[in-house]
Amino acid sequence: MEQNEDIRLMKGNEAMAEAAIQAGMDAYFGYPITPQSEVLEYLTREMPSRNFLALQAESEVASINMVYGAAGAGARVMTSSSSPGWSLMQEGVSYIASAQLPCLLVNVNRGGPGLGTIQPSQGDYFQATKGGGHGDYRLIVLAPNSVQEMADFVFLGFELADKYRNPVLMLSDGAIGQMMERVIFRNREIKKIAKPWATTGKTKDRERNIITSLFIQPEKMEKVNLELMKKYEEIEKNEKRYEEIFTDDADYIIVAYGLSARISHKVVLLAREKGIKVGLLRPITLWPYPSEVLNKLADKAKGMFVVELNAGQMIEDVRLAVNGKVRVEHYGRMGGIIPSPEEVEEHFEKFIKTL
Amino acid sequence: MLNEEIIIAGFGGQGVLSMGQTLGYASMVEGKNVSWMPSYGPEMRGGTANCITIVSDSTISSPIVSRYDTGILLNQPSMEKFESRIKKGGIIVYESTNILHASERKDIGIYAIPAAAAANKLNNVKVANMILLGAFLEKKPIVSLDSVIAALKKVLPERYHNLLPMNRQALEVGAELMRKAS
Repeated sequence: MEQNEDIRLMKGNEAMAEAAIQAGMDAYFGYPITPQSEVLEYLTREMPSRNFLALQAESEVASINMVYGAAGAGARVMTSSSSPGWSLMQEGVSYIASAQLPCLLVNVNRGGPGLGTIQPSQGDYFQATKGGGHGDYRLIVLAPNSVQEMADFVFLGFELADKYRNPVLMLSDGAIGQMMERVIFRNREIKKIAKPWATTGKTKDRERNIITSLFIQPEKMEKVNLELMKKYEEIEKNEKRYEEIFTDDADYIIVAYGLSARISHKVVLLAREKGIKVGLLRPITLWPYPSEVLNKLADKAKGMFVVELNAGQMIEDVRLAVNGKVRVEHYGRMGGIIPSPEEVEEHFEKFIKTL
Repeated sequence: MLNEEIIIAGFGGQGVLSMGQTLGYASMVEGKNVSWMPSYGPEMRGGTANCITIVSDSTISSPIVSRYDTGILLNQPSMEKFESRIKKGGIIVYESTNILHASERKDIGIYAIPAAAAANKLNNVKVANMILLGAFLEKKPIVSLDSVIAALKKVLPERYHNLLPMNRQALEVGAELMRKAS
């Protein structure tokens, strides 16, 4: 063990909370909901001895608007919730995106629609990547697939949010949030940048800062829209992240993120034992989406198999990415059911027989 | 190469989840990879609470598996639910004070450990889970008892550290019961 390493066995939710404190989070506003209630529990337990604010708001609507206010004042700020609670926040998220405020948002996805179930799901992919709220906006969406990444992406999320003045969403799920794994905390330097735009009280030597999402004149609104589009283009250019496992010689590609990617990793190992050359492409950023690498892999692959804990959502982005070069099919379970690697492997083998 | 996939299952309150966590922590102390996946929510209020604990020398791909190398089973519903999901050549270690009808499979090792009765003799029914863990580790020594104690030191709040000798004793009683059962 290196001296500056702190190794722990933690739940994903706890690792995320600990990482937030270590990343210099100033404030957390949230409202409890399974399967991510450990976040608020952990933070309120740690608050007396460490320097940050954690507050249980009266609702998710209040939480997100507190995030809006604190982010506007230049604070490093965060909230987390799970599917139904995350839906309640969407109006505020749209305002924050419009006002271009950096913050970290977390959805520990559970089964839906509606109040649904408390078990893991990936049913919120569309909502996360295509705009859960109104208007033309984008969130940077990070999809962790381990407890370690639940921690690491907090640091990354805060940094990306600050860099682009854009809300960052970590889209996790009930399994990654609830499971325990080894997590390493490295003694990191906290990167914070100046926020001259923040509303911290006007001084005589500058104009006042205004944070708003209301641009009533169409010309002004469109100017803001164009500014946002330019920023999103920049993010698309710089921030696509993914992981490739055994794709070098692969005849078939499985595409999966988060928990599904962990299951699919095992599917790849099971199929390779049988001599089937299959690889895994794991998108780490769900927006911006790593389309180019998929398009390139489609040149060699005979087919692509998308594994998700939903009815087939990310498959649309895979099909757009490969643009008809290969057949793309989907396997998923819903309602909080998690398929075993053997179950997915069986359906994968059925798929490749049809090619 | 070590890759042990374990299902631990019983009623809520039998120390099922904490047994998996303790084993997970001990494995981590020894530098191994570990994943611990609890069943949570409605399922915990019904027949069985369970956790899948995987200990491996290499990277753990799926934390969820449908077949296991080992089942540590603490009640009858768990025996019925999981006995068929133990891999050929695997083992079941079960709490034989609670479970009256054990698996009759011939292709796995089945070990009856009267952990609840033994825990009663130690005047602490709560250590029945540590007795079972000790029994399992006697059969499959994937981590040392010292590492388990080191793990307990980490997971137990300091005010309970006076219970560490009792837990050590429970692990050793479990190992002894396993030697008798084998």
